[in-house]
Amino acid sequence: MAAKIARWRTPAGVLTALIAVLVLLMLLSASSGAMHIPLSVLPGLPFSAEGPDEALWRSVLMDVRLPRVLFAALAGAALALSGAAMQALFRNPLAEPGLIGISAGGALGAVGAIVLGGGAFIVLAPAAFVGSLVATIAAYHLGRRYPGMAGLLLAGVAINAICGALVGLFTYLADDNQLRSLTFWNMGSLAGASWPLLAGLAPWTLIVGALIARDWRAMNALLLGEREALHLGFPLKAVRRRLILLTALLVGPLVAATGAIGFVGLVVPHLVRLALGADHRWLLPNSVVAGAIALTLADWLARIAVIPAELPIGIVTSLVGGPFFLWLLAQRRH
Amino acid sequence: MLLAENLFIERQGKVVLDDVSLSLSAGEVLGVLGANGAGKSTLLAMLAGELAPQRGEVSIDSTPLTRLDNAHLARQRAVLPQSPSLSFNLGVREVVAMGAYPFPELSTADVQQLIQRALALADVSHLASRRYPQLSGGEAQRVQFARVLVQTLAARAAHGGRFLLLDEPTASLDPKHQQALLACGRQLAREERIGVLVILHDVNLAAAWCDRLALLAQGKLVGCGDPASVLTPATLDAVYGVAAEVVPHPRHPERPLVLFN
Repeated sequence: MAAKIARWRTPAGVLTALIAVLVLLMLLSASSGAMHIPLSVLPGLPFSAEGPDEALWRSVLMDVRLPRVLFAALAGAALALSGAAMQALFRNPLAEPGLIGISAGGALGAVGAIVLGGGAFIVLAPAAFVGSLVATIAAYHLGRRYPGMAGLLLAGVAINAICGALVGLFTYLADDNQLRSLTFWNMGSLAGASWPLLAGLAPWTLIVGALIARDWRAMNALLLGEREALHLGFPLKAVRRRLILLTALLVGPLVAATGAIGFVGLVVPHLVRLALGADHRWLLPNSVVAGAIALTLADWLARIAVIPAELPIGIVTSLVGGPFFLWLLAQRRH
Repeated sequence: MLLAENLFIERQGKVVLDDVSLSLSAGEVLGVLGANGAGKSTLLAMLAGELAPQRGEVSIDSTPLTRLDNAHLARQRAVLPQSPSLSFNLGVREVVAMGAYPFPELSTADVQQLIQRALALADVSHLASRRYPQLSGGEAQRVQFARVLVQTLAARAAHGGRFLLLDEPTASLDPKHQQALLACGRQLAREERIGVLVILHDVNLAAAWCDRLALLAQGKLVGCGDPASVLTPATLDAVYGVAAEVVPHPRHPERPLVLFN
């Protein structure tokens, strides 16, 4: 696959190839699990089902697998996009929702909502959004105090610690029933996938994502430097405020639905940048598709590794992403 | 005309600029000289509209900068700040193309043409397909120069004057490219009627290429005018605190040649 991509190495070519890979992977993921659905019948199943086997496959596909696979792709795309946007905003390749505490802030908001206000998604999502927003603003202001990456990482450590402690406090206060819904925050899960959830989250993600992508020129200019962006006519304060708000709007409700899924937002844009360069015009769409691939793949692995049980997806992404992050840090000192 | 009137700013109790007035007209090259910390870059930031003076005012064609928004300002003036720090993996052409961001109305073909011209003017055409982080310091500086050239050349259709503000653009260039960059600045001033302001450290380079020189010492303007009248042992002592001799240039007698002792 790597060789194939090398030959296709224009941004549009890579994007086409990535979309093809994503579609194949989604089909593969939808076909495997505790019950195997043959790939040959899969594409037709949503439209017609003849015979008892196919009726069963159809209900598994439509009720469980398809929303799950679509949700994984959506969440991966949103995480990668938010990572790419934040890296431009902070002018720092290590900015990522998980590392700098935005996911933890969202999780804290959601856990607080579960323990204090019941678990309805309509309460959860705004609470998670507020948590993410506060964490982003804190990380942004603390991270700018020190040049380079130190400030941002230290801010992330502090925010993650504070949010972790408060989540722990809420866990301590929670009753048994609440505890069950709390446990998945720490590890992340796509098990909540359902059509109603997708119906709410998908349009939201698409709209907020499109609004973020509209700023690709400003993100490029930010790579040059904050003064340079200003000289090129970008209203820096407004752009900054907008991107912080939009990434929190993107990540908050997502975290409310999935818990904390780490490292996708860090690893995916970084790999795309290595392969194609940092021009956001192509970095953003390629990261979106590559992020969808990454989480679809992680979800697939999580579901087939220990059939009929499944691994929490956050464990899979962290197992891959953690070592990658260490490698990235080791690379920085040349 | 870009006009600065009675600019004053102090930071942490230290006066950085004190009652500085300056004008930059279309078609001229104005050099700004001064010791380290004399306030040159602060002055440039104010002329660029990036920093507001505590007293005084900067205006473009009689409109105060405070009344112009950023996007509008970017269509009239381009700025090359000192030592840009770009570590992200962008291509040279992508960096240069950013100069056209303030002009969304331009067609792709127009932008490509502008890029081509700017690359040639900055003598970086041969670097067009390279990655920016792999360039040497001097090459990177010339690529950044090409980017601001795109921005200032794209402004052709804009109303009013066009201005190019350069902060030590020759700092990491070899002598050949120092001359070439200033020659390019002068050519643009003459042919395109752009007002060019350039901060320099090399007094003789400034005397050779600038129509007028402004000398800053401790935030005050100690001289402003054509090189022959401004560059005197007295002003040079005030600016740099170094004894200097000023003689006519052996090949261009009308031009002063400064010899620091």
